[in-house]
Amino acid sequence: MLAQQDAFEAERNARMVKAVYVYEAPLRLWHWINALAITLLAITGYFIGKPLPSLAGDTSTQYLMGWIRFIHFAAAYVFAIGFLGRIYWAIVGNHHARQIFLLPIFNARWWSEVFYELRWYLFMVREPKKYVGHNPLAQLMMFLFFTIGAVYMILTGFALYGEGLGEGSWADTMFGWVIAALGGNSLQVHNMHRLGMWVTLCFVIVHIYAAIREDIMSRQSLISTMISGWRMFKD
Amino acid sequence: MTETFYDVLRRQGITRRSFLKFCSLTATSLGLGSAAAPQIAHALETKPRTPVLWLHGLECTCCSESFIRSAHPLTKDVVLSMLSLDYDDTLMAAAGHQAEAILDEIRTKYKGNYILAVEGNPPLNEDGMFCLQGGRPFVEKLRETAADCKAIISWGSCASWGCVQAAKPNPTRATPVHKVITDKPIIKVPGCPPIAEVMTAVVTYMLTFERLPELDRMGRPKMFYGQRIHDKCYRRPHFDAGQFAEAWDDEGSRKGYCLYKMGCKGPTTYNACSTVRWNGGVSFPIQSGHGCIGCSEDGFWDKGGFYDRVTDIKQFGIESNADKVGGTAAAVVGAGVAAHAAVTALARARNKTGIEVKQEEH
Repeated sequence: MLAQQDAFEAERNARMVKAVYVYEAPLRLWHWINALAITLLAITGYFIGKPLPSLAGDTSTQYLMGWIRFIHFAAAYVFAIGFLGRIYWAIVGNHHARQIFLLPIFNARWWSEVFYELRWYLFMVREPKKYVGHNPLAQLMMFLFFTIGAVYMILTGFALYGEGLGEGSWADTMFGWVIAALGGNSLQVHNMHRLGMWVTLCFVIVHIYAAIREDIMSRQSLISTMISGWRMFKD
Repeated sequence: MTETFYDVLRRQGITRRSFLKFCSLTATSLGLGSAAAPQIAHALETKPRTPVLWLHGLECTCCSESFIRSAHPLTKDVVLSMLSLDYDDTLMAAAGHQAEAILDEIRTKYKGNYILAVEGNPPLNEDGMFCLQGGRPFVEKLRETAADCKAIISWGSCASWGCVQAAKPNPTRATPVHKVITDKPIIKVPGCPPIAEVMTAVVTYMLTFERLPELDRMGRPKMFYGQRIHDKCYRRPHFDAGQFAEAWDDEGSRKGYCLYKMGCKGPTTYNACSTVRWNGGVSFPIQSGHGCIGCSEDGFWDKGGFYDRVTDIKQFGIESNADKVGGTAAAVVGAGVAAHAAVTALARARNKTGIEVKQEEH
């Protein structure tokens, strides 16, 4: 829909529209499933730390906290397995799929483009550059806040999950070391995991804002690209 | 020949019947089943007693107080005899040079074959001058006696983690035993104090099987610290149902609802309180209507309030919890984004002519 609008608008302005296929179907599917999982994780996670008002009535008929935790854990599985799938896609997918995992940090030109983008966001340059994939600044942010953040949340989250599954469970065996490595105090790991949620929320705010803004300002499609896969250049 | 445990018990007038009852109780409390009872009995009948040196560093003696209240019938007497507790400066009759001489005697006579039980911890600041015993810093005494021991039991949160004397800013640099003695097997029995039956059971296990019980990643015996208070709490159904005490003495509190919202640390505390309980199984904090304060967890004094679930984090320099820090960050980012959007809109309105001018150049 949006892509069509973009196209119409471009046509109306009688400019050449160039389109490039950027995001392949599995990647787009992952993006939206992942977005849903994060939303559910953040909401349920918030209420795990600060539960809803107490329920009255027969205890055996209520399972509110149980359901909230169940949704949190189920969404966590979706998020974590999705992340593994995303890593797989980074290997077999096109080169855009690798962007959020590999930063060309030894490439001086890439860094200069990061600073160019930074100046663009600080209103210091007038014309935005166009990129087929992520712009370098976006790529850097994605890597720092999403990729690192996801690994951090998966490690701490499944370590805490392993506490419930118990000593010797798969989650305890695979992730239990995380709690010990972070000092061995489970309460502290809970707090750190909760901070991770707030960092993710900050990322989401910036991510959505930047996507909408760039869609309008840099004369290329962003939001529709994550739906159709095609990047439209509007002039 | 050295006396066996059984000899000592009989000498003290304990009947064989009571002795066998103790063996069964111990087998059960260790989770070994009734088949292990004869094995324990056999071990106690044939094994010479292992000497135990019980040192006291910076501590409050709550571990000793708990230990001597081990509640199963006769356990107190039995264990005190079993242990061959050759040195314990709080409990022993000897004093002064006479008492200190025992340390040397055991060290030479039972080299590599005695157990060192440490209650409290050594302060390291000012060369250990904050804890002097017999005119010497405790840390020296600890290093000396640890050098020839077989294994160390770190009693309580002091020896295991540092506890209150190591709480920030820790002026004496009170340091847990495992950070001072690094070349000996150490078994941590944290808690402030640890449960009496946990203490006696750990000792019994070590003397019976002549090995350390299986330890978790943090060096605690799995059989007592393998699960959280929360996992076995009798109020757990109220947690799952979403039924919480919202304030002290409210309806939920009176109904015995979950104390999670009142800051109960049961979900993050590894201990056996909700199974073994205290004072001979009479009760434990949650049963008495107060949340767990997490006394067996590392640094529990410095992890924020006992009455908050999302606790204050002091690492940020200010006392604030994850929600306040994160909420503020999100608000700042949100405001930043809004401001940025506003500036963008302005710049865009102003630039419209600019772009058109450019198009004319084409």
